[in-house]
Amino acid sequence: MRMARHGGAELKAVNPGSWSVKYKDPEVIWDTLGNKQFCSFKIRTKTQGFCRNEYSLTGLCNRSSCPLANSQYATIKEEKGQCFLYMKVIERAAFPRRLWERVRLHKNYEKALEQIDENLIYWPRFIRHKCKQRFTKITQYLIRIRKLTLKRQRKLVPLSKKVERREKRREEKALIAAQLDNAIEKELLERLKQDTYGDIYNFPIHAFDKALEQQEAGSDSSDAEEQEDEDDEEDMDKLDASSDEDEGEKSSSEEEEKALDAKHKGKTPLKGTLRRKRAYVEIEYEQETEPVAKAKTT
Amino acid sequence: ANTMEKTGGSRKKGLKRKSAAEEPQEAAVGEDGATESGGEAPKASAFPPGFSISEIKNKQRRHLMFTRWKQQQRKEKLAAKKKLKKEREALGDKAPPKPIPKTIDNQRVYDETTVDPNDEEVAYDEATDEFASYFNRQTSPKILITTSDRPHGRTVRLCEQLSTVIPNSHVYYRRGLALKRIIPQCISRDFTDLIVINEDRKTPNGLILSHLPNGPTAHFKMSSVRLRKEIKRRGKDPTEHVPEIILNNFTTRLGHSVGRMFASLFPHNPQFIGRQVATFHNQRDYIFFRFHRYIFKSEKKVGIQELGPRFTLKLRSLQKGTFDSKYGEYEWVHKPREMDTSRRKFHL
Repeated sequence: MRMARHGGAELKAVNPGSWSVKYKDPEVIWDTLGNKQFCSFKIRTKTQGFCRNEYSLTGLCNRSSCPLANSQYATIKEEKGQCFLYMKVIERAAFPRRLWERVRLHKNYEKALEQIDENLIYWPRFIRHKCKQRFTKITQYLIRIRKLTLKRQRKLVPLSKKVERREKRREEKALIAAQLDNAIEKELLERLKQDTYGDIYNFPIHAFDKALEQQEAGSDSSDAEEQEDEDDEEDMDKLDASSDEDEGEKSSSEEEEKALDAKHKGKTPLKGTLRRKRAYVEIEYEQETEPVAKAKTT
Repeated sequence: ANTMEKTGGSRKKGLKRKSAAEEPQEAAVGEDGATESGGEAPKASAFPPGFSISEIKNKQRRHLMFTRWKQQQRKEKLAAKKKLKKEREALGDKAPPKPIPKTIDNQRVYDETTVDPNDEEVAYDEATDEFASYFNRQTSPKILITTSDRPHGRTVRLCEQLSTVIPNSHVYYRRGLALKRIIPQCISRDFTDLIVINEDRKTPNGLILSHLPNGPTAHFKMSSVRLRKEIKRRGKDPTEHVPEIILNNFTTRLGHSVGRMFASLFPHNPQFIGRQVATFHNQRDYIFFRFHRYIFKSEKKVGIQELGPRFTLKLRSLQKGTFDSKYGEYEWVHKPREMDTSRRKFHL
């Protein structure tokens, strides 16, 4: 039994947004609150105004969509997945709590639209249209919510700043205490000693040490001395260095080593004394001594 | 009494043990002892019993007394050190060995789950756990590396570099897929491990390591990530050789299982020609990952050169099955309020 109303003269509207005065006419309400004076629901931006009223149909501040300034008004609101059609009953303007009449809409989209049509029959086109639009939008976002909850949800874990700072500091201290480079080097040398690398690296001192240990079972001191001398030279040679070479080297090697140390030039030692581990090209220089001799004789 | 206090305050610090003796006596109104202690001033550490510097109400005076006391302490300490040093020199060889300084690692609270190398139970457990098939050479590792949704550049690069470090690993872009769906697919394609690098605000901050056919899942917090180009004095890019592994300081049962998880990432036979080594070093529950190339310069000397990314991990939780945050059975969870209270208690 709803009759079409216009912003009629007999209607009172109590506006929760203003403070003292009671207005009778929605026109008056709009002329003052909506347009000119302060409305507590209105938010202005540079280009547009918005209406923060919870019963607003569109969210904009317009003459036709102001819930205060229209005696005939309806909205769709959604609560916990259920949609309701709210209609303003202007006879109850004195009782704001009972002002809005609520109709629950059907879960089925089409049936709900029919319900809206049924309830808002003879109402202005604008309100009907906007209600349906709003209802469509609401159902769409409800569908989206349901879809998203089935997918993976990103969980945000709150971090405690104190704990984070503490852990960072402890990590730094642990890093210092760890002495990583030393630890790694030690481990690698251990593995070398344990012979995990097999035959790849040949360090004669290592081999000599082993031989030493073996010989010490029934050894002479002389053997030990000879081997110590060879150790002193710090040969990084292959194990195949024969004993003849070694003996020959002993006398000359010391001088040559000293010479080498003194002059870091390309003048190489005799072949076989100091070999380097890396790829090393040996160059032999021949020194011509004849001209000097000639000079001396003449 | 007031005048005494004032002059006492205005005198220089170095002068007065006398006043130190006198003032508190004034304050404590020890009239009997006053004259006597005035006489014995230099020897008087004779404050009336129960007196502490913190009871002086005047802040300036209190500060003065405190600094004076501190200086004294320092002097005494220095004197004690010198004396000790002299004694040590005098004794020469017979001197007792130097006391070992206390470190957190020395003072660590003994963990009853520390693994004894000869422990049979542990050996039995390890022979029958999920990694047994790896350690028996039945399976060889095949790793899938991925990230959380929409990774940023840093994370992607870290994944690429990780895949060069870990042989036989593949990087796949995560396109919003659920881990629960990925895991069965991985299993069907014969992957043995899954690594997910979690990202927050464009930096990687978490690592989930899951051993695939229903193996344990470890969740780590990752910090201090350095990509290759951020490492100073680094060597050239790693080659395809299989690296060696070093696992340091994994002592407890928990540490053991985590260590085995890491070990099962790498193929069994390291190629020593490659001279590359990946290190997982545990120190105080922080696992430092480094990747180096080494060269033996001599018997006793080895040079190492860092390649490869580096990061530190801290174990947050160890879960029995594959990744399942809701219904999973957690073997170990890090609870900061209970576990972080002692500075000398570590779990790995």
